[in-house]
Amino acid sequence: MASTLFRTIQIHPFLLYPTAICRRRNGVLYCTMKSTQTQTATQEKQQPPKVKVSQHTRSKTLEKITRDYEAIIGIETHVQLLTLTKAFCSCPYNYGCQPNTSICPICMGLPGALPVLNSKVIEFAVKLGLALNCKLSLNSKFDRKQYFYPDLPKGYQISQFDIPIATGGYIDLDLPLEFGGGHRKFGITRVHMEEDAGKLLHSGNGDYSQVDLNRAGVPLLEIVSEPDMRTGIEAAEYAAELQRVVRYLGVSNGNMQEGSLRCDVNVSIRPVGQSEFGTKVEIKNLNSFSSINRAIDFEIARQVSLHSQGHGDQIVQETRLWEEGAQKTVTMRKKEGLADYRYFPEPDLPEVILTQEYVDGIHNSLPELPEMKRRRYEKMGLSMQDVLFLANDVNVAEYFDATISRGADFKLAANWIMGDIAAYMKNEKLSIKEIKLMPEELVELIASIKSGTISGKIGKEILFELLAKGGTVKGLIEEKDLVQIVDPVEIAKMVDKVLSENPKQLEQYRGGKTKLQGFFAGQVMRISKGKANPGLLNKILLEKLNVKS
Amino acid sequence: MLSTIQPSRCLSRFPAHLRTSGRTKARSLHVFSSAQPVTTVPHQSQILSIRDSLVSRHLSAVQVADSYLGRLKQTEPQIGSFLHLSEPDKVLKQAQEIDDKIKRNEEVGPLAGVLVAVKDNICTADMPSTGGSHILDGYRPPFDATAVKRLKDLGAIVVGKTNLDEFGMGSSTEASAFKVTANPWDLSRVPGGSSGGSAAAVSARQCVVSLGSDTGGSVRQPASFCGVVGLKPTYGRVSRFGLMAYASSLDVIGCFGSSVADTGILLHAISGHDALDATSSKREVPDFTSQFLSASSLKSRPLEGLRVGLICETVDGGVDSGVKSAIQGAAAHLEQLGSIVTEVSLPSFSLGLPAYYILASSESSSNLSRYDGVRYGNQASCDELNALYEDSRAKGFGSEVKMRILMGTYALSAGYYDAYYKRAQQVRTIIQKSFKTALGENDILISPAAPSAAYKIGEKRNDPLAMYAGDIMTVNVNLAGLPALVLPCGFVEGGFVGLPVGLQMIGAAFDEEKLLKVGHIFEQTLQGYNFVPPLIQDGAFA
Repeated sequence: MASTLFRTIQIHPFLLYPTAICRRRNGVLYCTMKSTQTQTATQEKQQPPKVKVSQHTRSKTLEKITRDYEAIIGIETHVQLLTLTKAFCSCPYNYGCQPNTSICPICMGLPGALPVLNSKVIEFAVKLGLALNCKLSLNSKFDRKQYFYPDLPKGYQISQFDIPIATGGYIDLDLPLEFGGGHRKFGITRVHMEEDAGKLLHSGNGDYSQVDLNRAGVPLLEIVSEPDMRTGIEAAEYAAELQRVVRYLGVSNGNMQEGSLRCDVNVSIRPVGQSEFGTKVEIKNLNSFSSINRAIDFEIARQVSLHSQGHGDQIVQETRLWEEGAQKTVTMRKKEGLADYRYFPEPDLPEVILTQEYVDGIHNSLPELPEMKRRRYEKMGLSMQDVLFLANDVNVAEYFDATISRGADFKLAANWIMGDIAAYMKNEKLSIKEIKLMPEELVELIASIKSGTISGKIGKEILFELLAKGGTVKGLIEEKDLVQIVDPVEIAKMVDKVLSENPKQLEQYRGGKTKLQGFFAGQVMRISKGKANPGLLNKILLEKLNVKS
Repeated sequence: MLSTIQPSRCLSRFPAHLRTSGRTKARSLHVFSSAQPVTTVPHQSQILSIRDSLVSRHLSAVQVADSYLGRLKQTEPQIGSFLHLSEPDKVLKQAQEIDDKIKRNEEVGPLAGVLVAVKDNICTADMPSTGGSHILDGYRPPFDATAVKRLKDLGAIVVGKTNLDEFGMGSSTEASAFKVTANPWDLSRVPGGSSGGSAAAVSARQCVVSLGSDTGGSVRQPASFCGVVGLKPTYGRVSRFGLMAYASSLDVIGCFGSSVADTGILLHAISGHDALDATSSKREVPDFTSQFLSASSLKSRPLEGLRVGLICETVDGGVDSGVKSAIQGAAAHLEQLGSIVTEVSLPSFSLGLPAYYILASSESSSNLSRYDGVRYGNQASCDELNALYEDSRAKGFGSEVKMRILMGTYALSAGYYDAYYKRAQQVRTIIQKSFKTALGENDILISPAAPSAAYKIGEKRNDPLAMYAGDIMTVNVNLAGLPALVLPCGFVEGGFVGLPVGLQMIGAAFDEEKLLKVGHIFEQTLQGYNFVPPLIQDGAFA
């Protein structure tokens, strides 16, 4: 909804006059726009003859697709870079800060202001280009992409047109097992640098819109995929892998909700066996991987439904919006031919020239990427389920790597991380970086259990204490006197004590009620404060219970 | 004490030439003929003279400012150089602060007390900056252009914002949205453009020096028309930050002065890398100012061995015969000074004009997109977004600007890009190469600054092609990014006493030093001309 185009504009008499405000650095900037129609009314009006796709027909058509149709999916992704300052000025950018508080003459496009490139943008672009196995252009340049819109202060976007910084790469990924699993390799057409536009804030009743330029000039990388994907899940996983890669590289937080990673999807269908592509439709407003998946599947079903009913001509080149509430795509705007952006080289910025040494330097400093990590974990002998879980989040993977590099049993470490630690994080809504348990303490915990210093049960108790409060395993064991009792004599004493205190139960046991063994074991464990070695305890207890008196 | 005061010094609150050319002599100029011998005083640096006066405490900054303000008040109603004038009290207050500093024996900047006029497409934080366009009527930028900031930091006082063709698009200052500026030599004529206001202001001694901008000749042609010195620096020598972009790859901020020395000192003050302009050069700026030797200390043939190439394409058919003879006279003078003048051909010269108009229009169509009425400037009252854009721009821009936006939009459109923009870029490369060759064989190149002297107001207004053709002498230099100095070298008939003609000297990239040196020697040794407009000589400073 946020990206719905408003075609009407009106000055709000009570808001400050723009010119007056623009003089103030960091002042508030308003441009108010009035809409004469509600958003949905506008959209409904533009809608073509409606095709109803019910949940039932959707699954039916999906079946049909696999038989008769093939979907062709390509994705354009915009990734917002985690630079300290914007692409061409020294304004910081923080998501969610007050409107127009992070702006300056340059990102406001004031007369006479000039862009100066933030060199971090190049570095991040090269990193991502290399991570996506692309060929880098040692000589590239910036171009101006020209169009009018109130969120575009200069009337053009600084972007890259005919010579993007990186081209011709690919991305590897493993589909989750619940979707059938399998390895995929999708082509990357290009990666280029550009600046973000501002945002329009629409009033609740749609009467006017205001311009917030905080985001204007924030650096983006646009990643264009080859049309290699065939299903919603493949597309969603492509986006998820891209998110992993940018997070592994540290070039973006990849957060879809904040708009740090935005995907526009192009979908077309064709009958199986046909070589030329069908008419492609662009889908916007995809705010999660699952909405990518569902929007594409809906769109495929819609197109197949039209095509198979002989209405293939009603599939037109257009931009459609995914409506999360209604779970459907609706027409946003139809393209009247190809927009002419009148690209030409940006004269305010020198060409971007990379040296091979610079590229090599970055190449050598690249971290282990998700694909390499997964292959390494796989080789270690972890199941694909575990591999995907651990490599999914760069911080989890780093945590896991930190434990195994300190000699922890990788299988046990994986189990602890995916089991109790993951459950704790989920309950407490914490990330692995926020828990107090340091990897070295998890190593110690695993070792203490393995060596028998503490029992597994005690280990679990300590774990939750360490997760919430921190500290060391050794310190906790000492502090709470938790060292496991492995001395048979001591355990035998406790067993004797329990047996002598419960003569009635002992009699019943010996009378054949052997289920009471658990009762005795529990009693012994209680008086040992849980420290008795369970194996030893049971062995001694059984011996003593079964002694013929 | 009095005995040590040199005559020039005690009179230095008046322009140097006035000291010797009294009322009678000035009047005699009214019957000027080009053959008339005139006793002239060599052009003297006003900036150095002001500095001497202040440091030796023979004049106060307030006295200097007062004399300029007086002349400004008197001449401005007829000439109309300015779109906005600083309050006189404000100027005097700044002058007073300088005087106070001097009194306290504190260091003052090298431009202390120098009154500077700034073209209105260069941003100033404390004054409106309109670019000569209605779309920015009343707009006040929140920052100073880097060039302005540097001048202020060195003690200069900005006296006002000068008139120009809207956003620098024009050659006569008639395309200003606000007013027409008159040429101080003949009030019925244009001062040239687009920096017409800045040239007229220096010519009429309304200020000491001024800043202009030069995209296709906008400093050099008005300098020629107004009989002052104009300098277009190498592209990248001066930061463009704060200059409202017309054609970013061609725009440079340039300097006007009544002497080569003043122009050079001004250039030195504003030159050098600026972190806010990615196209500004990191090259070191040599001290241009050390080479302005007085005329008396020059050798007899001070330019011995200097290779000067007269561009033959600039003195052929399309050039006014009076201009041609003035340039030939200048060439002869250069030879007398010891240089070797030969004719040099730049075969690509005539291609410059169409290439320039395609590239400049293309870039301007993009650069002017930001004037959409949304954030600043004049906003039309509309209740629909496209209407807001259309009305704001339809009402805000003048016809010349609209024409160039249309031409540029066309040239960049899909299907036309290769035939126009790309081809023009190829021409630009050819022109750059041919200049490089010519400047390999010659130390400097010379040509007229314009094919004619100042023409009548209104004469070419409705004939854009004739107006564009007038830029033939200057646009090639912008396409090549080279520095060029224009200085008055003679007169043609016209006006009361004749109209000044400017000689253009073109140098190698970043070699402003050589141009200033040669220009200074040329100026100091040129006999028989007085380049002070009669209006000023007449306008008694009682």
